[in-house]
Amino acid sequence: MRALIWIIEDTWQATIDDARALLPSDAEITLLHVANTEPETIAREARRGLLGRRLPPPPASHELQTISELAAQQLLTEAQARLGRPATLQARRGRVEREVVSAAEGVDIIILARDGDRQRLGPRSLGPATRFVIDHAPCRVLLIWPDVVPELRTIPPPPPPGKPPPHESPGP
Amino acid sequence: MTDGLAVALALVVLAATLAVAVTHPPYVPEAAAAGAGAVLLVLVGAIGLSGAGDALRALGPTVGFLAAMLLIADGCRREGLFDAMGAVMARGSGGSPQRLLALVFMIAAAITAVLSLDATIVLLTPVVFATAARLRTSAKPQVYACAHLANSASLLLPVSNLTNLLAFHASHLSFLRFAALMALPTIAAVAVEWVVFRRFFAVDLTRPRHASPQPERPELPRFAVAVLACTLAGFALSSVVGIAPVWFAVAGAAAITIPALVRRTATPVALARATEPGFLIFVLGLGVIVQAASANGLDSAVRAVLPAGGSLPDLLAIAALSAVFANLVNNLPATLMLIPVVASTGGSGPILATLIGVNVGPNLTYVGSLATLLWRRVLRAEDTDVELGEFLRLGAVTVPAGLVAATLLLWLALQV
Repeated sequence: MRALIWIIEDTWQATIDDARALLPSDAEITLLHVANTEPETIAREARRGLLGRRLPPPPASHELQTISELAAQQLLTEAQARLGRPATLQARRGRVEREVVSAAEGVDIIILARDGDRQRLGPRSLGPATRFVIDHAPCRVLLIWPDVVPELRTIPPPPPPGKPPPHESPGP
Repeated sequence: MTDGLAVALALVVLAATLAVAVTHPPYVPEAAAAGAGAVLLVLVGAIGLSGAGDALRALGPTVGFLAAMLLIADGCRREGLFDAMGAVMARGSGGSPQRLLALVFMIAAAITAVLSLDATIVLLTPVVFATAARLRTSAKPQVYACAHLANSASLLLPVSNLTNLLAFHASHLSFLRFAALMALPTIAAVAVEWVVFRRFFAVDLTRPRHASPQPERPELPRFAVAVLACTLAGFALSSVVGIAPVWFAVAGAAAITIPALVRRTATPVALARATEPGFLIFVLGLGVIVQAASANGLDSAVRAVLPAGGSLPDLLAIAALSAVFANLVNNLPATLMLIPVVASTGGSGPILATLIGVNVGPNLTYVGSLATLLWRRVLRAEDTDVELGEFLRLGAVTVPAGLVAATLLLWLALQV
């Protein structure tokens, strides 16, 4: 079985712990981290947008891509140590949701964590990136709760007859 | 040369200069484009030699002020002020993205106000990015906050933005009076950003499950902070002691630069580079080009569009039109075109309302102006990793609200 574990900064420990507990011992594991390059682009373009300044390239310590790559490598290394099993480390950059789906090509299962509101059960517990991955994953999906699972009573009462549930009603 | 032809030619030269400044072609520096454009307009008679000389003389002190402030910001970088800010943010946030955002707001607003928006964009943003990476929290709200506050918080002091320096010279306000009138508008603009950011990035700002290790205690560079404090105190007292604020900037620049030269932690070449001579020439060239357009009729066109009074509806209209203008031609040319007109017709109210427009307006996009963004998109398909709609939506919410709130409070401050 080829398994892909997608880790993000907030919840990687829980994702690794659940993957270690649930994956068969002969699973071929890849640990994936995707750096969102959007903030780098915003920062770079804001710098370029300063009219009339031709600024020299920033020093290495201020090179955003380097900072981001080092942070990703460190996170993956720590995650592998926590997993305690051999795994391939994969660091990608770009649009997170697209990169994850593309990395999931040809694997048997992807393991990921909810990345939205984790206080209550419901559709908001999935952020946009995770929702996209679940909707488009070309493989089986194991979705974990990174914290204590909220109680059933956190589900709001059913809407009155004739009214759509909150996630289907038009936005504010 | 007829006025019509002269203004048309000046506008073509302005468009060409802006095109170079926006597209950054590798072999044509923007200083060369602006300088050549200005010389061309003098040679063909679109502006007389004395007119160009007047424009340069009027801009001279402002450009000198700018150079001194650039040296102070560079000195603060050398002394480690920005790295210390990173340590303050990492430690103060305690690993909470919301607390980090609050600190980024405070520090980016302070750095912008005191050391200008350039310092926030060029020197602070990488530090904020690295801090977010270290705390393992999403860098997106934090970097967006730097980009937005570099504009919104640049209302406060004459030194916060080159647009302010240009207007400050024309306004004949004292440094302290300028700051007093702009204090409430700045607070309003930053408060609008805070309210919108908290909602807009609610998901990114949820607390991570595991606290990160406690980062080391930050050490503030005392010397740089002392120089900044003394320079600010000099600015505040400038009208009392009767010395122009620019001399306090020069003194601050000397105080932070000369010790570095003596200790050989900075070379003369590096210091000369820190004043960004190309940028200074660009500003001077742009000033002559805009003056050529204004003197031949552009100013009467601007006067016809812009309200002249100081009533609240007039100030709101001035701020809105200035924001539109800044998004059409970038805020530097917009300021050069608008300020002489509002300075000649209205009092300090219209001048400061113009600044609210040209400073807050660029937040509609992240590249300086809507026109720049559209041109970049037309010229080549880039930034494909940016959810353009998202940043535009953020701008579409914060810019109108910020303009109205800041202008309203400016009007209130003017009544006192």
